[in-house]
Amino acid sequence: MTMIDNRPATAANPKLASKVPDGVLADKWDNYKANAKLVNPNNKRKFKVIVVGTGLAGASAAATLAELGYQVDAFTFHDSPRRAHSIAAQGGINAAKNYKGDGDSIHRLFTDTIKGGDFRSREANVHRLAQVSVDIIDQMVAQGVPFAREYGGLLDNRSFGGAQVSRTFYARGQTGQQLLLGAYQQLARQIGLGGVRLFNRCELVDIVVVDGRAAGIVVRDLLTGEITSHAAHAVVLATGGYGNVFFLSTNAMNCNVTAAWRAHRKGAYFANPCYTQIHPTCIPQSDEFQSKLTLMSESLRNDGRVWVPKLAGDNRPAAQIPEEERDYYLERLYPSYGNLAPRDISSRAAKRLVDKGHGVGPLRNGVYLDFSAAINRLGRSVVEERYGNLFEMYERIAGENPYDVPMRIYPATHYTMGGLWVNYELETTIPGLYAAGEANFSDHGANRLGASALMQGLADGYFVLPYTIGNGLAPLLNKTIPGTDHPEFKAAEQAARDRFNGYLNVKGTRSPDWFHRELGKIIWDYCGMERSQAGLEKAIGEIPALYEEFKKDLRVTGTGEGVNQTLEKAGRVDDFFQLGMLMCKDALVREESCGGHFRVEHQTEEGEAQRDDENFCNVSAWEWTGNPSESNLHIEPLAFETAHLATRSYK
Amino acid sequence: MTKTLTNLTLKIWRQDGPAGEGRFETHVIDAISDEASFLEMLDVLNERLITQGKEAVAFDHDCREGICGTCSLMINGQAHGPQRATTTCQLHMRTFKSNDTIVIEPWRASAFPIIKDLMVDRAAFDRIVEAGGYITAPTGGAPDANLIPIPKPVADAAMDSAACIGCGACVAACPNGAANLFTAAKVAHLNLLPQGQAERYRRAEAMVEMMDEQFGSCTNHGECSAACPKEISIDVIALMNKDYRAAKFKNRKELSRI
Repeated sequence: MTMIDNRPATAANPKLASKVPDGVLADKWDNYKANAKLVNPNNKRKFKVIVVGTGLAGASAAATLAELGYQVDAFTFHDSPRRAHSIAAQGGINAAKNYKGDGDSIHRLFTDTIKGGDFRSREANVHRLAQVSVDIIDQMVAQGVPFAREYGGLLDNRSFGGAQVSRTFYARGQTGQQLLLGAYQQLARQIGLGGVRLFNRCELVDIVVVDGRAAGIVVRDLLTGEITSHAAHAVVLATGGYGNVFFLSTNAMNCNVTAAWRAHRKGAYFANPCYTQIHPTCIPQSDEFQSKLTLMSESLRNDGRVWVPKLAGDNRPAAQIPEEERDYYLERLYPSYGNLAPRDISSRAAKRLVDKGHGVGPLRNGVYLDFSAAINRLGRSVVEERYGNLFEMYERIAGENPYDVPMRIYPATHYTMGGLWVNYELETTIPGLYAAGEANFSDHGANRLGASALMQGLADGYFVLPYTIGNGLAPLLNKTIPGTDHPEFKAAEQAARDRFNGYLNVKGTRSPDWFHRELGKIIWDYCGMERSQAGLEKAIGEIPALYEEFKKDLRVTGTGEGVNQTLEKAGRVDDFFQLGMLMCKDALVREESCGGHFRVEHQTEEGEAQRDDENFCNVSAWEWTGNPSESNLHIEPLAFETAHLATRSYK
Repeated sequence: MTKTLTNLTLKIWRQDGPAGEGRFETHVIDAISDEASFLEMLDVLNERLITQGKEAVAFDHDCREGICGTCSLMINGQAHGPQRATTTCQLHMRTFKSNDTIVIEPWRASAFPIIKDLMVDRAAFDRIVEAGGYITAPTGGAPDANLIPIPKPVADAAMDSAACIGCGACVAACPNGAANLFTAAKVAHLNLLPQGQAERYRRAEAMVEMMDEQFGSCTNHGECSAACPKEISIDVIALMNKDYRAAKFKNRKELSRI
């Protein structure tokens, strides 16, 4: 198979104008805000904004926009906004507060994030993220988030991978939960006040574009099956990532790519789909019917030591393997970061050792994360205080007590850095359609650092979109927008009805889950932790064949009216198929290794990722053409004016 | 090491819709690994039902890590099943034995109407939070996060209450269908913190009254706390009652205007 790589040095695509403001890096966001158009408080109520998704980015955006006076309609497929998957983030949230006085600053958070992303993110976006990080902590404390504190009453911090300072704020092992509840409470207040109308148990099934501008959305009511249209001046997608394309991931069962993918099909470019993050510390798979993998927070690596037996195939229980026969490989390979080496690097190191036969556990598919040294040094009660709930969770799932026996961990898909392409204003290539949080591609480059997802979700929702949406809406004042009776809405509704009736009418033999599992195996094998040209080409051949089978042999029982979870799943799996093809294609044309994208053909002698800055210091943005195998590639070049392109080293 | 459980009889509540008449349906699981989670066992059943051309059992679930609060289920009459401090999604089959009969029902509470099969509507919880379960802190005006030190024991106690996942097990376990533990956990979380003081009494009054409109009354059985997967202490109810009583005095000027 040959792939046409149209990475030209020629004229840039005007749709990919990044809209980065003028000025030196540190002044860009202030310059933007100083020059952004405003909407008078009395005029804000004339604008309707739709927010899809109620995780950190969606809930914070909906609440803030409603506080400002916009009419907001918020949509979630959950029963309550509080269920969004942000809730499962464990470890913490980064912010350049420098409360520890250990040398942190906005600039250092910026450079750590750029370097962590392996120089594949947009400098100006990342710098803005570092700037607003400090406001997030203030905002969340004011809302009553019970962050961990020291005895004097001040906020506590801990360290996370890829940083040499302590800048991570946390609420036990439930930071995501507490931040989401904070944002949810603020959203609930607006719902109570009438500023936000909430549509729960409603799933987005299409985006409507009229005259090149986002005009609204089409949703399916998951309780009745009814398909309805909603018009607005602007639409925000805060619908999370696509990690469930792998079937097994740490994502919640209902996480899906549908909203982003339907936007893509309507003209939004999809950027860097091959940038997926494998998290190094998850509980290894135990059986074939496993439905998801569970993450153990990266914060555990603050006190846990990662090791495998030096002898491949060593059958002895951990306690019987003497110290000198253990390989603390992260400490050995990356002495300055040790057990806190970034996620992509730690994951690949684990994979290499397991592949060589050093794996531990009944299926030999894990490595040890050992707390015995920390328990000896700090005492059991301190370890319990820091990680108690994580230890309990591990014991419930694995059936072993990590105070006595080292945890067994292995990498699993966790986060997707790729997503809808957005400019500096978080606007996609469809004017009026914005993407926030994990759904966009902008801030993490090819690899996200720990405790940065919560930071980005809240930054986008609280401190970026409220400014940029105002700038976008101001020129639309008193102009009429297309209503839901517009033919484009009617056509999209009909297409959605046809799509869901189509799944019911295949009447084949296999469940949507069966196809999802098979698709996941292909993606994991060929587009997972390591990718090769031969493997990717194989996947690009196998996925369309399986997709054809899906269209012919799918079985969805029940009807289109009322609750039908099998039918919901069929729609999501359909979109995962199409995304999966694009992911593999993206991984194939990116002939370099960077961050989470590791091509075996491009590695150093020591097996580390080898970037090709001459040819690939850019963003791949894909345009839908009607067939995911034939998408058009467009390039946004990346320029590094402040950070210096360097080989990432954590030695 | 992994064991296989055999011959499990499931008696599952099926109900076509909110107005439909419910019934128990019996299914036998011939063999399942004890490493499987309870919901993975239901996944296996559903996959089989679809293969047989039958409708899958509808149940709410999402994160499967015990934190989102979406999953529910009365398992052999117990909310979230027999294991203490464990949500249904974290319950594993190693808790059961071969030849067991397992009765699976939805949450039983009139404030949580059944939507379908094992799925219920918990929007009543959201209405309690909308009534006052927040701190009014619009985006943008917050002072520095370290401006107000919070003693560690206070922050810890607030966190203990804030750990509530809003699953509804407390209501399902309560013989009165009361939501006092859920409501009090949120009241305690916010009323313990210095940031929550400005609205303390308004919050307590508004939330309790919205709760009373929708749920049964608390008669101190304590089943809620025993069923709570996050082990929220029943002490929070005492704190809520104290603040509600105080609110009735402190807010009396507002009341007299009605």
